Amino acid sequence: MTHATVPRPRETPARRVSVFLSTHPRARLGLLLSAPLFWLGIVYIVALVLLLVTAFWSVDSFTGEITTEFTLDNIIEVVTGSLYQTVTLRTLGVALAVTLIDVALALPIAFFMAKVATPRMQRILLIAVLTPLWASYLVKAYAWRSVLSQDGILEWLLAPFGGSTPGYGLPATIITLSYLWLPYVILPIYAGLERVPDSLLEASSDLGGRTWPTLRLVVFPLVLPAIIAGTIFSFALSLGDYITVNIVGGANQMLGNLVYTNVGAANNLPLASAIALIPIVIIFGYLFLVRRTGALDNL
Amino acid sequence: MRLSRLSRTTLGIVTGVILLVVYVPLFVVLVNSFSTSTSLTWPPPGFTLEWWGRAFQSAGAMEAVATSVQIAIIATIISLALGTLISLALQRFEFFGREAISLLVILPIALPGIITGIALNNFFRTIMGVPLSIWTVVIAHATFCIVTVFNNVIARLRRQGTNLEEASADLGAGVWTTFRLVTFPQLRSALLAGGLLAFALSFDEIIVTTFTAGSGVTTLPIFILNNMFRPNQAPIVSVIAVVLVLVSIIPIYIAQRLSGSEAERR
Repeated sequence: MTHATVPRPRETPARRVSVFLSTHPRARLGLLLSAPLFWLGIVYIVALVLLLVTAFWSVDSFTGEITTEFTLDNIIEVVTGSLYQTVTLRTLGVALAVTLIDVALALPIAFFMAKVATPRMQRILLIAVLTPLWASYLVKAYAWRSVLSQDGILEWLLAPFGGSTPGYGLPATIITLSYLWLPYVILPIYAGLERVPDSLLEASSDLGGRTWPTLRLVVFPLVLPAIIAGTIFSFALSLGDYITVNIVGGANQMLGNLVYTNVGAANNLPLASAIALIPIVIIFGYLFLVRRTGALDNL
Repeated sequence: MRLSRLSRTTLGIVTGVILLVVYVPLFVVLVNSFSTSTSLTWPPPGFTLEWWGRAFQSAGAMEAVATSVQIAIIATIISLALGTLISLALQRFEFFGREAISLLVILPIALPGIITGIALNNFFRTIMGVPLSIWTVVIAHATFCIVTVFNNVIARLRRQGTNLEEASADLGAGVWTTFRLVTFPQLRSALLAGGLLAFALSFDEIIVTTFTAGSGVTTLPIFILNNMFRPNQAPIVSVIAVVLVLVSIIPIYIAQRLSGSEAERR
């Protein structure tokens, strides 16, 4: 038996770097992380921190310039002002309602796709769920404006049964936002259900588990992180929205609208930053709560 | 657990009904693009092809599509590179601050767009003194697109393990050769899926774009927002939406075929 010998690689500079890297994992890690951390650190974190700092500054009412002196006025105004409290509660309510509706709609679809449908059907359904994502967000919101309008298709469908369209307002906002984020909730839950092995379901059945106990005791704990991952999308996306509420929400305002008017028309970036702190705090709180469930790995 | 026939059928019907409702607004958009009414009344008073003709002659719309495609392509390429690097670092190494970095990647998408938007606007204009342009949009988009690439690639790396890479190193391949010939080919379809999502995300983004686009930069969503409420332009917007949905079926189909054929090989 002859042994083929591996030829010694030539000593090129690239080879030397490669040898260095394979013997120094820390250097490899540093090289991998430097570019993305530079990008996210410089562009994103610095920008975000500077925005938060701005919340403690004020605008000179005379010149309209920003004064860089530390003040808590904006924070106090946002925390105690009744307008901000009302709008915060309204925004939270909308975001929670949208999240609940989306999870309730996504669970049966995702379950059907992952565990009941044939592979062919599964592929078709996945395409059916993904396709609406490609229609522009604005067009979909506008389509709902048309659907919900007084001479829209909903009125036309419901009128014979004595019903009528809810018109524009908070219900319309909740419907439209639920519609917009539904695919983002279905996808992680579907992926999570796909990862639940069928053998576990069979084992549960062999041990006498009926459908509901199996769903509750076996399936639910396994897909909970995926469900929470889905809620992060619907919750966070609803919390900051201001365009949908402009299109179908009538005169209602959400936190995003307050931020928007203060940046634009009112030209008060410090106050806008202080308002922006509200959703930031809420989302950080939410992410902190769900961190332990492993939901962040399911996004 | 064996689902009874009844519950299977019920689930199927529920799924069908929800998907049907999902397609109603899209159907309304399709019908509106042929309707003689400019205020989207239902049922449509008449049929016309006028909007389809005008949409394809609209220079504004065509330019907006070109701008959006350009931004989405560059942002996707950047996020592919950065997302792959981060996923390799987080999946192949244990180190202090790993959790913080994975949170950092998710943050641009988890925080409301308006916050990312005004933060970047403030950063570019007042801090850096850079005028807003198409490039500020690209930078902003790449930042929140990283997460889609990251998610796809890290999931693939987790499944794949390191056996093949170790074998390659044992056979004398250097770091680059192993990446080029072993790691990268295994990541290819994950990169495609992540890249497609990143492209879609960038192509449709409006909020961050509003705050980071220079005055001459009109992406497709900005064009749509500007024209949606103009009676004579609204049906053109419907046409654009219909075309986008039709065109989007191609990449979705390709992505599906790829992941499908991979599932069969496994």
